[in-house]
Amino acid sequence: MSVRRLAKEQPASFAFNEQYAEEAKGWMAKFPPGRQRSAVIPLLWLVQKQEGWVTEPSLRVVGEMLDMPVIRVLEIATFYTMFQLAPVGTIAHVQVCGTTPCMLRGANELKACLEKRIGPKDHRSADGRLSWEEVECMGACANAPMVAIDDAYYEDLTVETLGQLLDRFEAGEHPEPGSMIGRHGSAPEGGAATLTDPTLFDGSRAKPIERLPNLPAPASA
Amino acid sequence: MPGLLEDKDRIFTNLYGFHDWKLEGAKQRGVWNATTEMLRQTPEWICDQIKASGLRGRGGAGFATGVKWTFMPKQESERPHYLVVNADESEPGTCKDREIMRNDPHRLIEGCLLACYAMRAHDCIIYIRGEYVLERERLEAALVEATQAKLIGKGNVHGWDCYIRVTHGAGAYICGDEMALLESLEGKKGQPRLKPPFPAGSGVYGCPTTVNNVESIAVTPEILRRGADWFASFGRPKNSGVKLMSAAGHVNKPCVVEEAMSIPMRELIETHFGGIRGGWGNLKAIIPGGSSVRLLPADQCEEALMDFDDLVGRKSGLGTAGMIVMDKSTDVVAAITRLSYFYKHESCGQCTPCREGTGWMWRIMQRMTTGEADPKEIDMLLDVASQVEGHTICGLGDAAAWPIQGLFLHFRGEIEERINNYRSHRSNVPGATLLAAE
Ligand SMILES: Cc1cc2nc3c(=O)[nH]c(=O)nc-3n(C[C@H](O)[C@H](O)[C@H](O)COP(=O)(O)O)c2cc1C
Ligand code: SF4
Ligand code: FES
Repeated sequence: MSVRRLAKEQPASFAFNEQYAEEAKGWMAKFPPGRQRSAVIPLLWLVQKQEGWVTEPSLRVVGEMLDMPVIRVLEIATFYTMFQLAPVGTIAHVQVCGTTPCMLRGANELKACLEKRIGPKDHRSADGRLSWEEVECMGACANAPMVAIDDAYYEDLTVETLGQLLDRFEAGEHPEPGSMIGRHGSAPEGGAATLTDPTLFDGSRAKPIERLPNLPAPASA
Repeated sequence: MPGLLEDKDRIFTNLYGFHDWKLEGAKQRGVWNATTEMLRQTPEWICDQIKASGLRGRGGAGFATGVKWTFMPKQESERPHYLVVNADESEPGTCKDREIMRNDPHRLIEGCLLACYAMRAHDCIIYIRGEYVLERERLEAALVEATQAKLIGKGNVHGWDCYIRVTHGAGAYICGDEMALLESLEGKKGQPRLKPPFPAGSGVYGCPTTVNNVESIAVTPEILRRGADWFASFGRPKNSGVKLMSAAGHVNKPCVVEEAMSIPMRELIETHFGGIRGGWGNLKAIIPGGSSVRLLPADQCEEALMDFDDLVGRKSGLGTAGMIVMDKSTDVVAAITRLSYFYKHESCGQCTPCREGTGWMWRIMQRMTTGEADPKEIDMLLDVASQVEGHTICGLGDAAAWPIQGLFLHFRGEIEERINNYRSHRSNVPGATLLAAE
């Protein structure tokens, strides 16, 4: 378990802007009547999209929208680690995966690189533009090591390519996510050796199937 | 070595995303073919086919999928039935469901419809981990396509109303446990519920619920299209089918691949992952299935088969078939210690043995890594691990104990040597001279 608390300095108020208010309504409508509390994680996520982090006044707003005691919303905000409880870097917040599969392929070196460039983890750089944290397995282990910046994964990194990535963010760019060594998704480096049979893709799989295998009795007309 | 599976028998033909993931592309690859015909059969027929195929859950535990579906009530009542798809994929080493969701979302959606019908459910919720933002957007876009094409939703062409929605988490490994996932779905902290009641009796919102992994659901339409016997023809009895497998760590070409169950581990690695970095002789150990099973030393990897029963026989497990490979350059103690940190970080804190035990084990493991630990602490650590294992509400406690147990089962000598080494270089450690003299 990790102990997570709200930041000391908080804004006075919170309100969803028009776009996010609309999206929040959409989320609440996804669940059965009376079950709108199911939308609490998506709503807090929208708060974070809008504000950059989850503020204390937003908990009350979300609580009211979902008819939920604020303490329950606070529980959610502190339990789930993707919620940032304090402001993060204004141009990039880097989440570096430190779990064993990434560690085996150089995550510790990436951490050292981030520390050198940005400063200690969980703090913003002096100019407030960058921040970083260590996270647990992001589910991209076949493309390790990796970082997530904003919502995008950057994979197959080295200290050099991570540095270049940060340069580009600092220059105001939004680099294309994915493998930094040109792999296509999780295909092996150098190209896929499987899934090369052209009949998989020529439409022969879409031809009508006369009769499913193992049907109980001849299909009635 | 050619591998066991031919392309024609692969289900996930867009695994790497080289082709169109949208509806038209998916249809071209055979998705949504004969689905109407499947839904014209009885739910019992579908369950029987899935049972006959031998499909075992792909989320790690390996429970027979067809059997699980029959636990749901046979009659609809005022409490609606739910299918919940576990797309939380947070097990270290595991990255297969991601490929299904971003590159072949329609296969999953078709499977949801089919599974819903087989369990007389009109409601399906896919719970995806919060970090998979792109994957969620893909899924949502595919759901819109399928609804507009009247393949799912109300009044669809298949004649079984089915409302499928996606929701997401926000970073908590524990929400992969089905009982925690249900809590999270209801807008609470992801702290696993006690069983019983089992989800089929009372799951999400107190309604009959079945939780299945993404891959389990996504393979089911193809099983019906090609026949249970086709699926069952791969792998050894009770371990049948095709399966997404992957390797992370010290192989030359980490990737995800679909292979036949029971493929020899060595053949899998040499065929698809470019072999071990520095050659097979440079292999130290492999954790076969995500991180929550015991590791295998190199000599066992030589003979191991990638299936449930073979690996359980080796005191390990298939888990998710996401291998973590370590070559001889690896500090295997540090590698396992990092996993201990993971479990400590992810414990939900609900049961004392897990909350306290995972932290304690991690601290001792740190001292094992440097060699600072006392030799007596090895047995203490194993004792604590065995006290956590099996004494907690959910499987995370076991999952935290197993990597440590595996480490000491196979590499105990190495750790003892490390402790001795540390002591022999420091005369101020109590008992150092004594040990060094031995
Ligand atoms: C701590 C913990 C984490 C888990 N994480 C996942 C996960 O990320 N994805 C998954 O499908 N199953 C996960 N499981 C297993 C689920 O509880 C459940 O068995 C599975 O979703 C059932 O699906 P299946 O029968 O299709 O395999 C986890 C279990 C535990 C104890
Ligand atoms: S075993 Fe650990 S993670 Fe599972 S319920 Fe208990 S405290 Fe929570
Ligand atoms: S360990 Fe880093 S993505 Fe899995």
